[in-house]
Amino acid sequence: MKSRIIALSAVAALVAGCVTTPSDQEISAKALAVMKAGFKERGQAKLDRLDQDDLQRLCSIYSGDKTLPSDVAARIEKEQLATIKFPADGKLLGDWKSGERIAQSGRGGQYNDDPKDPSGANCYACHQLTKQEVSFGTIGPSLYNFAKARGYGPDIQKYAWTKVYNSHAFAACSSMPRFGYRGILTEGQIKDVVALLMDPESPVNK
Amino acid sequence: MNRTWKWAAGAACATLVLTTGSALAQQRTTVEEIERYRQALGDGNPAELWEARGEAIWKEKRGPKGASLEKCDLGLGPGVVRGAYAQLPRYFADSGKVEDLESRLVTCMVTLQGLTPQEAKKDPFGGPGKKVPMDALVAYVTAESRGVKMNVQTTHPKEAEAYEIGKKIFFHRGGPYDFACATCHGVDNIRIRLQDLPNLTKQADAQRAYTSWPAYRVSQGEVRSFQWRLEDCFRQQRFPELEFTSEASVALTMFLAKNANGAPFAAPSIKR
Repeated sequence: MKSRIIALSAVAALVAGCVTTPSDQEISAKALAVMKAGFKERGQAKLDRLDQDDLQRLCSIYSGDKTLPSDVAARIEKEQLATIKFPADGKLLGDWKSGERIAQSGRGGQYNDDPKDPSGANCYACHQLTKQEVSFGTIGPSLYNFAKARGYGPDIQKYAWTKVYNSHAFAACSSMPRFGYRGILTEGQIKDVVALLMDPESPVNK
Repeated sequence: MNRTWKWAAGAACATLVLTTGSALAQQRTTVEEIERYRQALGDGNPAELWEARGEAIWKEKRGPKGASLEKCDLGLGPGVVRGAYAQLPRYFADSGKVEDLESRLVTCMVTLQGLTPQEAKKDPFGGPGKKVPMDALVAYVTAESRGVKMNVQTTHPKEAEAYEIGKKIFFHRGGPYDFACATCHGVDNIRIRLQDLPNLTKQADAQRAYTSWPAYRVSQGEVRSFQWRLEDCFRQQRFPELEFTSEASVALTMFLAKNANGAPFAAPSIKR
């Protein structure tokens, strides 16, 4: 009788073991392995693009129905703020006309893009910026009248620079690429984009 | 003849619509523009040409074994095409894998027709001046599920696992731009430039989007499969190239297809 119970519980344990759903971490590890096996490098896009840094990992975990805890958000913002580099000459504003061209271009980073060509910032994919451009996306907020509404002073200039350089410094797990930190745009290009936002003559502020 | 003319007229009409200036574009979303284009075409969709070609290829004796695909089991039994796509991806005991339509077609080409996997996967997508059997087969099989309610199951542990892996891939932020599928497709009521973006984590949007693929893309003159849709999304996500019929692609398809359950399948459709 006793041995039968032991045998039965062994079977039960075995069955339970079989139907136990894998843990979230196990699924994550499996998903990464499946991705590594399911993509191949092409052009500039190597397989290491599937690897995540700390920010990407945390922002992937806390997405969908999992909200980002405030302490994690604060830690991310602190760490990302520390990555911001301001230009050595202290000038944050370049040429808004060049900034407008950069804002229009979605080129760069794709495996079919030539890495020798300058990247665009593709601002209009997600943001309204000017009255003139009606083909704008709504993934990010409207930036029309950015400086006109906030002021043209050095603090707002620094804020604009920081947002373009690494938007997670003020908004953890933002959807926006880290244009400066990841080297998508050059320092000169960021100056031009910041000028598009901040120059009183820019159509953004008209 | 009549139909060809109707398509040509529709295309000309669409060109006109597209070039009538940005003032109109301001008021209308892309979806509405496409609806107008659809109406200009009437009931015709050039995808019908792919569907007809696909049916012929399905029945044609091909490969070293000189066999057709008519005995291919798409999940509802050998040779049953009607309604099969609405239940894919699913687990297949013979291959021991979860397969979507394209990977199942590859399996059938290998087992029934004697092709090597490399041969079966060689030309996954058509292009200018290049029509490939895979696009046509996909158009034919999917059209045979038109009107059938999406009913994808995750009862087999491997199906459930594929769904969970697909979900992880969907939310996986990576690459130089930190993008995930969810960056564009995890939020309600947003658009990129003027293109509306479905929130694929929500049933209504997932249903509308998933059941509209494959599609005849007017801008490309091709029928594009769901595998193509995923690959081109990852390109824009700045990821490496998604391998055709890879486990990753099938898992992601499983996640998206299951989220669309309950809606009548409505493709091949027509898109910009």
